[in-house]
Amino acid sequence: MAKTLVQEFTKGLWEEIPPFRLVLGLCPVLAVTKTVENGIGMGVATTFVLVGSNFFVSLLRKFIPSKVRIACFIIIIATFVTLVELLMQAFTYPLFLKLGIFIPLIVVNCIVLGRSEAFAFKNGIARSLADGLGIGIGFTLALAALGAVRELLGAGTLTFWETPIQILSPTIQPFTFMIEAPGAFVCLGLMLCLMNLVESK
Amino acid sequence: MREMINMIVVLTILGAVSGGLLAATKDWTDPKIEYQQLTFVKGPAIKTILEGASNDPIVDRFKISHEGVDSSFFVGIFNGEASTVAFEGLGKGFGGDIGLMMGVNLVDDTIIGVGVTTHSETPGIGSKAKTDPSFTNQFKGMKMTAIANVDAMSGATVTSNGINGGVAAASKMYQSLKPQILEQLKAFK
Repeated sequence: MAKTLVQEFTKGLWEEIPPFRLVLGLCPVLAVTKTVENGIGMGVATTFVLVGSNFFVSLLRKFIPSKVRIACFIIIIATFVTLVELLMQAFTYPLFLKLGIFIPLIVVNCIVLGRSEAFAFKNGIARSLADGLGIGIGFTLALAALGAVRELLGAGTLTFWETPIQILSPTIQPFTFMIEAPGAFVCLGLMLCLMNLVESK
Repeated sequence: MREMINMIVVLTILGAVSGGLLAATKDWTDPKIEYQQLTFVKGPAIKTILEGASNDPIVDRFKISHEGVDSSFFVGIFNGEASTVAFEGLGKGFGGDIGLMMGVNLVDDTIIGVGVTTHSETPGIGSKAKTDPSFTNQFKGMKMTAIANVDAMSGATVTSNGINGGVAAASKMYQSLKPQILEQLKAFK
């Protein structure tokens, strides 16, 4: 059954929300979500790449021979990732310093390649744009949520625009484990569990 | 055969267009990136040294090449006169090069401040050169023409010697470049 444009867009927000439903692209999810701000920054960068690559893959899908499609996808994706990297360095340098290596690594993020291969190569431009935007925003929300939980429990703050806002009273000893790498796994597991619980109700 | 040619053509065109686009973006963002890097990497040291300057030293900068290496000079305008520059020298530390930002008043050749920008010294020992200004403050007021070694930080002899050496090397560079610096400074009023 064909979905409407709106459905293509909204499926990324819940039904197929990338890190939780597709459990794809976990490398940046686990590594950068130490603060809300990092999560949102990474999400926005990925969204930009997703929308751009979905648009061009879908636009060129009639010209790309299917034998070299992966190579073509990678060229398109890599171009957008490099664009993001340059723009971030030029305009949001402190964020770039924090995300560092994970920006170029968007190239090998399976969400981006996965959407090109599974969706944009088979669908029209408008649908591909809606799909890219939906999945991208879903990814951003997921990263922001994960970042918020980890930062709140691990440091007792929430960071927006470089300024940490103290949420928990400073008298509560923060649970530092949450902002270290293993905390990311635990947190992701708990959130997956919570989502399945909500779904099954 | 036709398919083969088709593949080659598509990949070539795609690669060429991407390359062109990226080259154009790089050209456009390069000066902005340089400015951002200066602001966030060297900026803090420059700001402390040239405190009270009425201009933005990171905008007002020029380059002079010395023995094949381009050095950036940051201009500080005090009381309406472009009398001070800050520039970076390198010292050999315990863990590699130590970047030293030095501010010099060209009128009487006095050092108005020295600050560490980049380093890979041992955290808590050599890194104190950056976090604790009392060591580098010893250079304040010294004449560029008569650099003397300052008291070392206890426990961080190699770092201290590296910084002493770096300041001495920077003073040599300064003395040989002074006419050129003065020439360039005329543009900033």
